Amino acid sequence: MYRYDEFDHAFVSARVEQFRDQVQRRLSGELAEDSFKPLRLMNGVYLQLHAYMLRVAIPYGTLSSRQMRMLAHIARKYDRGYGHFTTRQNIQYNWPRLSDTPDILQELASVEMHALQTSGNCIRNVTADHFSGAAADEVADPRPYAEILRQWSSVHPEFSFLPRKFKIAVTGAERDRAAIQVHDIGLHLKKDENGRLGFAVYVGGGQGRTPMIAKKIRDFLPEEDLLSYTTAIMRVYNLYGRRDNKYKARIKILVHETGAEELARQVEVEFAKLKDTELKLPDADIQAISTYFAPAALPNRPEGWGNLARWKKADPEFARWVQQNVQPHKHPDYGMVTISLKPIGGIPGDASDAQMDAVADIAEEYAFDEIRVSHEQNLILPHVALADLEPVYRALVAAGLATANAGLITDIIACPGLDYCALANARSIPVAQEISSRFGSPERQAEIGELKIKISGCINACGHHHVGHIGLLGVEKKGAELYQITLGGSGDENTSIGEIIGRGFEPEKVTDAVETIVDTYLGLRRDKTETFLEAYRRVGPQPFKDALYGGSAQEAA
Amino acid sequence: MVDKVLTANRLADGISVWLDASGNWVESLQDAFVARHAEAVAALEATGKRSFDENKVVDVNVIDVEEVDGMLRPLRMRERIRAEGPSIAYAPGYHGLAGPKFAA
Repeated sequence: MYRYDEFDHAFVSARVEQFRDQVQRRLSGELAEDSFKPLRLMNGVYLQLHAYMLRVAIPYGTLSSRQMRMLAHIARKYDRGYGHFTTRQNIQYNWPRLSDTPDILQELASVEMHALQTSGNCIRNVTADHFSGAAADEVADPRPYAEILRQWSSVHPEFSFLPRKFKIAVTGAERDRAAIQVHDIGLHLKKDENGRLGFAVYVGGGQGRTPMIAKKIRDFLPEEDLLSYTTAIMRVYNLYGRRDNKYKARIKILVHETGAEELARQVEVEFAKLKDTELKLPDADIQAISTYFAPAALPNRPEGWGNLARWKKADPEFARWVQQNVQPHKHPDYGMVTISLKPIGGIPGDASDAQMDAVADIAEEYAFDEIRVSHEQNLILPHVALADLEPVYRALVAAGLATANAGLITDIIACPGLDYCALANARSIPVAQEISSRFGSPERQAEIGELKIKISGCINACGHHHVGHIGLLGVEKKGAELYQITLGGSGDENTSIGEIIGRGFEPEKVTDAVETIVDTYLGLRRDKTETFLEAYRRVGPQPFKDALYGGSAQEAA
Repeated sequence: MVDKVLTANRLADGISVWLDASGNWVESLQDAFVARHAEAVAALEATGKRSFDENKVVDVNVIDVEEVDGMLRPLRMRERIRAEGPSIAYAPGYHGLAGPKFAA
């Protein structure tokens, strides 16, 4: 893991003290709200429906046990005993007092964490594949590059007041688990024909009210040009991105209005000026950062294979969990464990302080002290020996964290929605809970297979509904909640934006509608190997429309 | 005229509050002062502005309510959730609208 150097420590501590002073001046009345609001936002403090909300950055979703224990401690001491892991691999606390936030930030700084750039029109937390450094299918760990981008973008004077917020995601595998094509910049780390590392560069993806799939503007950017090329993109965006209308200010609109080819040309012009400047990354710097992310020395543990077979035979529940929540690791004696934060009928992404402590303990004992947060709102133990899976599972069961549903219909992404969020129009969490309860039987979930439901409580799409196989968007219509359904979205290497299927459904009818969609899929799939998404792409929306609306004249949304 | 109350969030801790008849900010909507005519609404707005300027509260708004079985009920769901808490059992001891008086 990356460790702060002296500069990092001094910088983060200085920011905490600066914010402490700002909060004190606000509370004493010396600073007015209009002056203070942008300052608190720069430090991750929002005001939501019931209270302030603090969003803490988890760079590229990587945490140590020590850091996870601190997150638990903050939940316990300053909040109501829980935190909410988000689709941006961050954590949010829903009830902090403004007056406590400087102390919270100081405690976070003691474990090399902060809340900088988790709000505002700047470059936000850089996200990455949650299986980075462990996945069997990656060409290299993308996190060193995410860290380089983090360092470069932190309080970057030129890019602190962009037209709008800016999100960068990085993946190191062909299988895109970081949804890079729905980010402002998506970077796909790959090797060229000579074995050199570099990036395919995507620009202008995003969700929100105008969902767009990013355009690839570079097939291969050598790794040493990462910062100069990214700077070139940012300069073009900063200069030409719209500032007259916040709904048209994201780079996706600029790409759309300018055209990808012309935008790429403009970027190349800027890049030519920057290519051989101090922004060129020396190999030594890349190597220096990479050493922080060097894989743990994983001893061979071949005894795990036999043990695992025996344990699975003895305990079908354990076998189901392994089948669903453990993925192949690049080391054959190890696995990558998904800790589901989606208990049946529970709140997606929430974890109690005790659960966070339990995960920290398990990671320390069995998983080389490393934890990840996935953009699907789960936690990951990236390096667990097969020989340790059984005790890990038992510990997770004891903590209420062993739901065997990764990638299944109950592994639902949901934004906080109207239960917390000041921007929301409708609730997301109760809808997720009801769907989860309806489909909670392990046998039924297994029969349905891979199916990603994603729920947003407003058009800003924090719940990623546009890329849900089944997406639900909550809107307010005549003072009541209504849920619009989209089908066929996907946030992987074959990204697609879901299509609106028809008129929306009232809260009490939306779970039935989802069930109708699922039953329709089960009735038309070729066989069990054809996933929902594959079936939808084969047959299109009509069978689902027919099942949902019949010949109803009210079909139109 | 639709009945109205004045709501805000307390500056120091952000907790949702409503203005009562004594001019205090209280944590229960049911204790709020209800304005039933234009002059009373104007008085609410003036009080809200003063409290904001005095750095007691932020995000000050006049909202529509109705009285149902002797209980104040905001017309908008957003405000009902603000008044009662999240509609989910989000943490031990907290039930919000998920409790017996669920009215969303």
